[in-house]
Amino acid sequence: MGDSQYSFSLTTFSPSGKLVQIEHALTAVGSGQTSLGIKAANGVVIATEKKLPSILVDEASVQKIQLLTPNIGVVYSGMGPDFRVLVRKSRKQAEQYHRLYKEPIPVTQLVREVAAVMQEFTQSGGVRPFGVSLLVAGFDDNGPQLYQVDPSGSYFSWKASAMGKNVSNAKTFLEKRYTDDMELDDAVHTAILTLKEGFEGQISGKNIEIGIIGADKKFRVLTPAEIDDYLGEVE
Amino acid sequence: MSIFEYNGSALVAMVGKNCFAIASDRRLGVQLQTIATDFQRISKIHDKLFIGLSGLATDAQTLYQRLVFRHKLYQLREERDMKPETFASLVSAILYEKRFGPYFCQPVIAGLGDDDKPFICTMDAIGAKELAKDFVVAGTASESLYGACESMFKADMEPEELFETISQALLSSVDRDCLSGWGGHVYVVTPTEVKERILKGRMD
Repeated sequence: MGDSQYSFSLTTFSPSGKLVQIEHALTAVGSGQTSLGIKAANGVVIATEKKLPSILVDEASVQKIQLLTPNIGVVYSGMGPDFRVLVRKSRKQAEQYHRLYKEPIPVTQLVREVAAVMQEFTQSGGVRPFGVSLLVAGFDDNGPQLYQVDPSGSYFSWKASAMGKNVSNAKTFLEKRYTDDMELDDAVHTAILTLKEGFEGQISGKNIEIGIIGADKKFRVLTPAEIDDYLGEVE
Repeated sequence: MSIFEYNGSALVAMVGKNCFAIASDRRLGVQLQTIATDFQRISKIHDKLFIGLSGLATDAQTLYQRLVFRHKLYQLREERDMKPETFASLVSAILYEKRFGPYFCQPVIAGLGDDDKPFICTMDAIGAKELAKDFVVAGTASESLYGACESMFKADMEPEELFETISQALLSSVDRDCLSGWGGHVYVVTPTEVKERILKGRMD
């Protein structure tokens, strides 16, 4: 990287004190498909739209919600390929932690390390910031947790949050519906209703993805059949 | 003479009922010359975790400093103390990093884990962990210590009885080893307190 003509940082301050590249990255996130997360009293649910570019795409091969460890899952809004890179790096960080301490990595530690990676790409030579915001959902000794990580590398813990296209409507909806003592099933229903708010077309188990983690500390992505069951309950 | 026998040492840790004890001798020698009779071989990592390092004293000191460094950073990052099992895994990893130029130390780790369950383990100089439910030993006096512990140990001893047992095992074993001795240093740790005691044995 040192000898290239582009070995300076491309993320430089503007006179107003902003990092314009990061603002643009956030715009990229804001035009991505809606995703959201809700922290319940006994678990966390994350969900996203899965709008495919054509009906010819095999939707079973696309999985937007990924596992980072058996008890931590993640979803994104923004650029899919950037997300894959982050998932790969995070999985490696989590495994390195486990190799050293023979203990599963706490959610906060993993979030911090992912955020550090994303920040590196705003202050290194010849790279651009990641065009994704992540929603990390996990369950460890400190209970259920939900974190959002932005392209700048800042992270926030949320009770409920949304990202992507329909973010302001979704957040308003969540603010109204969220209660602290929500159970995981209620949270799934609320997540579906929130996605439905801004959904264009007919919602079904094939065009949304939902991942949940409960007190069993095992993150899993629901099958389309299970999502259809929840959809049936919601109507 | 083996490098592990350069300074001389004796270390033992035992599990009791909701408590543990860790003890060491106090001699620091340079081969056959004794140069200190108050050498600290056991150090505290936090209130419920102790590590004793036998073997070459310089490596024991450096290793201890590195471990404290790692633990302090862990505490700052994770806002909690390290569990004994986690710490043992860390020590093992750090020792194996130096697989082809090792620290000439044999650590003995003792602590109270989740729900204050006693945990002890030892490992060799390149990090092979050896967990035990009753006792672990290390140092130049280890062979005598194995014998003494095997015969004197009973399960579920109360702190006072545990102290007596570990002290007797230590003192009788170091008497059979010319490179360790000059008294003993015993820590008995329960969930509520840490009792540190100095033993006077044969001063030779």
